[in-house]
Amino acid sequence: MFQSLDFPGGRVAFTSDMSFIAESSEKRVKCYRVLDDNGHPMSSRFEQVSKEVAVKMYSSMVTLQIMDTIFYEAQRQGRLSFYLTSNGEEAINIASAAALSPDDVVLPQYREPGVLLWRGFTMQEFANQCFGNKADYGKGRQMPIHYGSNKHNYFTVSSPIATQLPQAVGAAYSLKMDRRDACVVTYFGDGGSSEGDFHASLNFAAVMEAPVVFICRNNGWAISTPTSEQFRSDGIVVKGQAYGVRSIRVDGNDALAVYGAIHAAREMAIREQRPILVEALTYRVGHHSTSDDSTKYRPADEIQHWKISRNPVARFRKWIERNGWLNDEDESELRGNVRKQLLHAIQVAERTEKPPLGDLFADVYDHLPSNLQEQERLLRETIEKHPQDYPDGVPV
Amino acid sequence: MASIFQAVGAAAALSSSNSFDSKKFYLSSRKSVSERKGSIFVVRSDGRMSSGRVDKLVTNAVATKADSAAASTASKPGHELLLFEALREGLEEEMDRDPRVCVMGEDVGHYGGSYKVTKGLAPKYGDLRVLDTPIAENSFTGMAIGAAMTGLRPIVEGMNMGFLLLAFNQISNNCGMLHYTSGGQFTIPVVIRGPGGVGRQLGAEHSQRLESYFQSIPGIQMVACSTPYNAKGLMKAAIRSENPVILFEHVLLYNLKERIPDEEYICNLEEAEMVRPGEHITILTYSRMRYHVMQAAKTLVNKGYDPEVIDIRSLKPFDLHTIGNSVKKTHRVLIVEECMRTGGIGASLTAAITENFHDYLDAPIVCLSSQDVPTPYAGTLEEFTIVQPAQIVTAVEQLCQQ
Repeated sequence: MFQSLDFPGGRVAFTSDMSFIAESSEKRVKCYRVLDDNGHPMSSRFEQVSKEVAVKMYSSMVTLQIMDTIFYEAQRQGRLSFYLTSNGEEAINIASAAALSPDDVVLPQYREPGVLLWRGFTMQEFANQCFGNKADYGKGRQMPIHYGSNKHNYFTVSSPIATQLPQAVGAAYSLKMDRRDACVVTYFGDGGSSEGDFHASLNFAAVMEAPVVFICRNNGWAISTPTSEQFRSDGIVVKGQAYGVRSIRVDGNDALAVYGAIHAAREMAIREQRPILVEALTYRVGHHSTSDDSTKYRPADEIQHWKISRNPVARFRKWIERNGWLNDEDESELRGNVRKQLLHAIQVAERTEKPPLGDLFADVYDHLPSNLQEQERLLRETIEKHPQDYPDGVPV
Repeated sequence: MASIFQAVGAAAALSSSNSFDSKKFYLSSRKSVSERKGSIFVVRSDGRMSSGRVDKLVTNAVATKADSAAASTASKPGHELLLFEALREGLEEEMDRDPRVCVMGEDVGHYGGSYKVTKGLAPKYGDLRVLDTPIAENSFTGMAIGAAMTGLRPIVEGMNMGFLLLAFNQISNNCGMLHYTSGGQFTIPVVIRGPGGVGRQLGAEHSQRLESYFQSIPGIQMVACSTPYNAKGLMKAAIRSENPVILFEHVLLYNLKERIPDEEYICNLEEAEMVRPGEHITILTYSRMRYHVMQAAKTLVNKGYDPEVIDIRSLKPFDLHTIGNSVKKTHRVLIVEECMRTGGIGASLTAAITENFHDYLDAPIVCLSSQDVPTPYAGTLEEFTIVQPAQIVTAVEQLCQQ
C-alpha cells in the first residue's frame, strides 16, 4: 500500500509522523585514507603508484616546500612584495595534479602552485611572475603567486574568492560540447565554500551534467576565521548531496589517498558526465600570506604539531623509503639542487627588465583603442618632462 | 540617418579608416528639411547613396504603426521586422556561421526568452547551445567567462539588465580583467545583453540603467541599440568581437518595426549614428531617448531650428570623431539621456566633450537626464522622471539663444 504524492519534481511518499531531519548526523562522514601516520598502508586495496610516479611526486612535494620557504624569505627581505605558501598542503597540490591528465583544465584559487609545478612550470617561470618582469607570462600585471599559463591548461589566478567555480562549470560545458576526453578541476578552500558562487556552481554543474571535479582544501582556517565560524555543517562533503553531486571526504595529508580519490573522481566525471566534490581535510601550516601573522589567532604549538607530526611530505617519504625507492643521499642531493636552482632563478628574475610602458595599455582590449592611445601618449609626455618623478629601470 | 554599410567579409576592426567621413556626406546632401524628413540614407562602402522609407517619428516609442504607404512590400528591397526579431536574426546568423557561438541565460531555451529574442533557437541548435540556467546571475556570467576562456563564444542574456547587478563581480573583476592579467593568454569574447531602461510601470528594480555603473570597467565595450537595423548590426559585431561587449537593449523598443536589408551587414561597434544632420545644435542621445529627441526635432523644425541629432550608440568608447565633427560645426551641445543625473553616461560625455572640444563651444553643454530617484511605479510619476520632448524643445531654444 505504497502511497505517494506527485508534486512537481517527482513522486514522494508521505507520512503522518511529523519529524524534522536533524541538522547533522550523529556520525561525521568518514575520511578516506591509505597510509597511516607512519606511512604504512592500512589496507592492500589502493590505487597503486609506480616508482617513477612516486619519486616524481615526492621530489615535487619537496620542491614545493623549498620554493615556498625561499620565496617567503625573499618577501621578508623586501625583494618580493607579497607571497603565500602552501605549507602543509603539498600532498593535495602534488598528488591531485599527478592523478590528472595534461588535457584537464585547471582553475585554481591561489594555494595550488604545486599543480603548475607538476605540469612542468619551471623555477624561473615562477620567479618571473613573482618579480613581475618582462618574461612573466602575465606581463607583470598581477600580484605574485597569481600564476597562469594557457599552455599548461592552468587558468590565471584571480584574487576574488570562488569566482573560478562558475567559470569551471563554463569550461566543463565547453569540454562537454566538444566531447573531449578531459575534465575540469577546480580548487577552493573552506572559506570559499561560503561564497554564493560555490553553491550556484555545484547546482549548475549538477543540472548541466558537467564534468567538473570540485576539490575543497579544508585546511581549517580562512585567514583568522576557523571552520567553526565559517559553517555549521559537517564540513563541505555533506553539501554535495544537497545539490545532487557525488562526493567524498579524503585525508588531504595522505598523498596516496588524494591520488586515488582524484583519479577515481576524474574517471567518473568524464565517463558519466557529472560533477564530483572532493573534500580534502588538511591544515594550513603557514600564515594565510605574508600579510598575516597567524600566531595572533591560533596557538603556536598547534601549528608546530601539524608542521612536524602531521607533515604530509614526511609521511609519504616513509612509504617511499620503505619501498626502497629513495634514500638519504638522494634526498639531500634533491634538496641541494632545488635550492641552488631556485636561488639562481630568483637572481635572474630580479635582474630581468620590467615590462615596458606599452604593456600598461596593451591587452585591455584586443587592439589599442583611441582613448587608450591618447592616455599612453599623455603618460609618455609626462614622463619625458619629469623623469625624476618616475621610477627608472622601466623601459619606456 | 546614415549608417556605415559593411560588406560581408570585411573585418570590423577598430580602425579610423572605417570611420564616417562627415565632410563627404554633407557636401552631397544639401536636400531640404522636408525632403530629408523620414528617409534613411545608407552610405555604402563605395560611396553611393540610396534611400529607403523609415517609419514616421514615433510618439512614446513603444510599438510602431505600420508604414501607411507600405501597401505592396514585394517591390521594396529588404524585409520588415520588429527589433526583437532583428536581434534574433543577427544571433541566428552568427550561430549558423560559427559553431562556437552559444547562448545562456534564464528561460532562453524552450521558453524562447522573456522578450522572445531566442525564440526557436533551442529547437534548432539544441539544449546545449541554447542553455537554460538556474537563477544565479553572477554564476552564469562566470560560467560564460570560463567557457569563453576555453574557446567558446557565449552570449549571456540577462532577463533584465538590473539583474546583472548580481553579476557585477564577474563582469568587473574577471570579464574585463582576465585578458589583461593573464598577459593576453586568455581571451573573453563574451556578449552580455539584455533589456534595461524605464518601461511601463515596471517598478524601480526593473527600471535600472546599468550603463552608468558599468562604464568605468576597463576592458569591456558597451553599445546601445535603438533600431532594428542597428540592433542586428550591433549584435553581429558584438559576437564577432574578441573583446567582452555589453549590448544594452531597451524594454520599450522591442516592437519597433523597420525594413532592413536582406544582405548581410554589421555595424561598427565604436561608431555613432547620424540620425538627422543639422546646423544649429548637436543633440547627443541613445536608446529610447532618440525617439523623444526626434519627436522634439519635429517641433523644433516647425519653429525654424535645424538640430543635428546623433545617436551615440557606442557608450564605451565614445565616438569622439563623429561627435567632435558635429560640435565643431554647430558649437552647441545638448545631451539627452535616460540615466540618472549623477554619474550617468551624460556626465562622462559632458566631461569628454569639454576636455576635447572646449574651444568650439559657444555655450555650456546642457545635459537632460532623469532625476536621482528610484523610478516610481505610478504611471504619472514615472513619466515625470523621463526626459520628455517638450523639455528637449525648451532646452534647445534656451541654448540657441545664448
